[in-house]
Amino acid sequence: MTPLPRWADVVLLPFLNVALAFLIGGLIVLSVGQNPLQAVGIMLYGAFGYGSGFGYTLYYTTDFIFAGLAVSLAYHAGLFNIGPEGQAYVGGLGVILIGLALNGMHWALVFPLMIICGALFGAAWAFVPGYLQAKRGSHVVITTIMFNFIAVSMMGYIISRILKPEGVNSDESAPLDAITRVPQLRSFIELFKNSPVNLTFFLAIGALFLVYWLIWRTKFGYKVRTVGNNPVAARYAGISTQKTIMVIMALAGAFAAMVAVNNVGGVQGRLILNFVNGAGFVGIAVAFMGKGHPIGVGLSALLFGMLYQGGQELAFQMPGITREMIVTIQALVILFTGAMGDMMRGPLSRMFFQPDAPAGDK
Amino acid sequence: MTGLNPTNEQRSSGAAASALAIELVGINKHFGPVHANKDIHLAVKRGTVHGIVGENGAGKSTLMSILYGFYTADSGTIHVDGVAHKITDSRHALALGIGMVHQHFMLVDNFTVLENVVLGAEDSALLTPTLNRARGHLKELARDYGLDIDPDAIVGNLSVGQQQRVEILKALYRGAETLILDEPTGVLTPAEADHLFRILGKLRAEGKTIILITHKLREIMAITDEVSVMRQGEMVATLETADTSPEHLAELMVGRRVLLRVEKGTANPGKVLLEVENLVVTDDFGTPRVKGVNFQVRAGEIVGIAGVAGNGQSELLESISGMRDQKSGTIRVHGNALKISGDDGADRARSAGLAHVPEDRLRMGLVTKFNAWENAILGYQDSYGQGPALDISAARDAAREYMKKFDVRPADLDLKTANFSGGNQQKLVLAREMERDPEVLVVGQPTRGVDIGAIEFIHNQIIKMRDAGKAILLVSVELDEIRSLSDRILVIFDGQIVGEADPATADETELGLRMTGSHADNVVTEPGILSEHETPTDQTLVEMSPKDNSGRDTN
Repeated sequence: MTPLPRWADVVLLPFLNVALAFLIGGLIVLSVGQNPLQAVGIMLYGAFGYGSGFGYTLYYTTDFIFAGLAVSLAYHAGLFNIGPEGQAYVGGLGVILIGLALNGMHWALVFPLMIICGALFGAAWAFVPGYLQAKRGSHVVITTIMFNFIAVSMMGYIISRILKPEGVNSDESAPLDAITRVPQLRSFIELFKNSPVNLTFFLAIGALFLVYWLIWRTKFGYKVRTVGNNPVAARYAGISTQKTIMVIMALAGAFAAMVAVNNVGGVQGRLILNFVNGAGFVGIAVAFMGKGHPIGVGLSALLFGMLYQGGQELAFQMPGITREMIVTIQALVILFTGAMGDMMRGPLSRMFFQPDAPAGDK
Repeated sequence: MTGLNPTNEQRSSGAAASALAIELVGINKHFGPVHANKDIHLAVKRGTVHGIVGENGAGKSTLMSILYGFYTADSGTIHVDGVAHKITDSRHALALGIGMVHQHFMLVDNFTVLENVVLGAEDSALLTPTLNRARGHLKELARDYGLDIDPDAIVGNLSVGQQQRVEILKALYRGAETLILDEPTGVLTPAEADHLFRILGKLRAEGKTIILITHKLREIMAITDEVSVMRQGEMVATLETADTSPEHLAELMVGRRVLLRVEKGTANPGKVLLEVENLVVTDDFGTPRVKGVNFQVRAGEIVGIAGVAGNGQSELLESISGMRDQKSGTIRVHGNALKISGDDGADRARSAGLAHVPEDRLRMGLVTKFNAWENAILGYQDSYGQGPALDISAARDAAREYMKKFDVRPADLDLKTANFSGGNQQKLVLAREMERDPEVLVVGQPTRGVDIGAIEFIHNQIIKMRDAGKAILLVSVELDEIRSLSDRILVIFDGQIVGEADPATADETELGLRMTGSHADNVVTEPGILSEHETPTDQTLVEMSPKDNSGRDTN
């Protein structure tokens, strides 16, 4: 099949996929007797229309950027990292441990340490599947899925049996002092009042640039892409595939753990059972929709942030549309952009290369 | 072997009014801005072997794809047996008696030969009656054409040559009168290629028409009756094979005079730069492939390793260049033993001054998704830039220089490597490995799948390196290439060096015998099955080739 021009591949195709998902979603809304246009309006307003809603959108976007980057990084080395969920969860342990150890100190000191400590925990958790893949050939898809389950059980035990203070009923750690928590943007910007978006958001933006630099501007990134595209050529070039796999998986885990800085350090101020709440899995969809590129990851993370926040608003405002229906629409977006992302490629390509149509560059 | 024999003429005059099996008239085909076929006329006589030669990208495959119904021509007509047809798809082509054997086989590995043959041609819901009928039919085909093959063998267990025979059987089973073979010998050993040509000879004798696409002029001369030459989408000539010569064909293909022989001065060997001692290497399954090899390569000489593919050359190359762990033995570059273990041994080999042009550039030497400049630094990425950052402008400068010096076309740094032709890809690899001034150059199949024009250039570059005092180890399955480039020839058989020869005086027969592990005095020839175009040597090659070829990876 003739390849599409670059702009069509990068812009037009994803746009069509999302549009298609919304079209089908609209039909579902219509079928339960609601007005789809009104629903879209509420969704957009809920996500972008007012300060607090926008703040929530950015807060979710932050989570999805980190999880999406964790998947993207591994993907460049040819690995399918299904584990950001567990990596973020374990990263939370690192964040809360350093937070509690330094409780009462100023956030300016604790925030960088939370990043480092969380990253170390997340990296360690992801390193094990990386090691097993590199040295033992255990497929990283299987092991990261298993490590998600192990993380749930292990963290459940740690939170409810070790971290939970005396006399607290819910399963959560002791809280951090206000001064130690990562400051939320509402304390500087009036617009974001009542919303949880915090400094970690800027960390996420920085992470997008960092990943771009790492993958396309460093020797390490070059090696990662060589391993991902052609492992035999990597061997020929003297690039250690084993080392590369272990390092990139650890890095992916470190990025996933930043979800915990956002939640544990910036919003809850404590470690809550199952705080990741699916953000790690959304990261998989984000990474694939964004084709592993930081710009794409940023934009698709924003799309999913909007779907999350706008969807909650929608469920609240239109009682005819249930939570489940919102999830269905989100699933449709994942289905059309991820699983069936290339469905429109054939027709598009034929449109572009018909003899009488203006010929694109070959 | 030229001209038609009487049987063929009787058949063709009796079969239909037209003596032409296939006639293409005024075929044009565009792909976007590329004019792949320009007003092509081609007439293929019934009962002949018709060769089509041309460089990569000359339009041979496009033309055959049009004939076989993969593409539709923009204009022009196709006549089959004198009747104009609009061939819509390959099923239609098959119905008209046109069969194709692709370069890459279209077989189901875990099916038997019989199941593969009937696949897509089952004529009832129940398989058994079809299979029984097919079994009888296959027996006839095997008898008529010498296509002997066990119908119950699992295709995945067959050798490459046998799998190709299954492809031919598939086409014949569907009633093909005209067979198109696309680069059929690219994946075969010389012995298997000879077997194939015997089969083609039988098919011709039975009145089948064969269209043979190849870029190996030796094969054209050996088997075809007529040959058509394509260049840049045009059909430049159709000649009787008897009236032409490889030199003439090469000139037509490239459009200028080409030196088929390499011109080089005498070697001045200096001190030993590469030393291999008692090397033992196993393949991925732990089977020993290199069994205690010893040799030296001196500065200023080219040492060629000659052998039938699958006798340990690949493993030897990969081991020396650090891509494969060695079981035991030592490799010394410039007197220093290489520690080659772990999966980054190639890096240490390079630091020691050993450059490697791999046998299979697409699988090993290039990342096809990378741009040209990215591939120009593969293996040397750590030398571009201080610290963790990659110095992209330095890398691009180097790539620009390589592409200019080695005339890589198009000279576009940002073009995806997959979009370069084979010859230009190879030039990029050679430039990368040669331009960093290594002491030792290890080269595998330097001209595999490369156009004739580029072959000349590549050979000259290798000679130039030798004259600059480098040690060069050359492995090639093309015996001609080994003989014309090397200063010394080592013959490898079954993982062992079984002899050394001087290319100036070596006797081809003797070399061929050694490559198959035998000596001149204990050869038994069976003149009864010799076909006309073969020399007795070819025959012994067939008889003496190692039997355990099936697991070998020739590609």
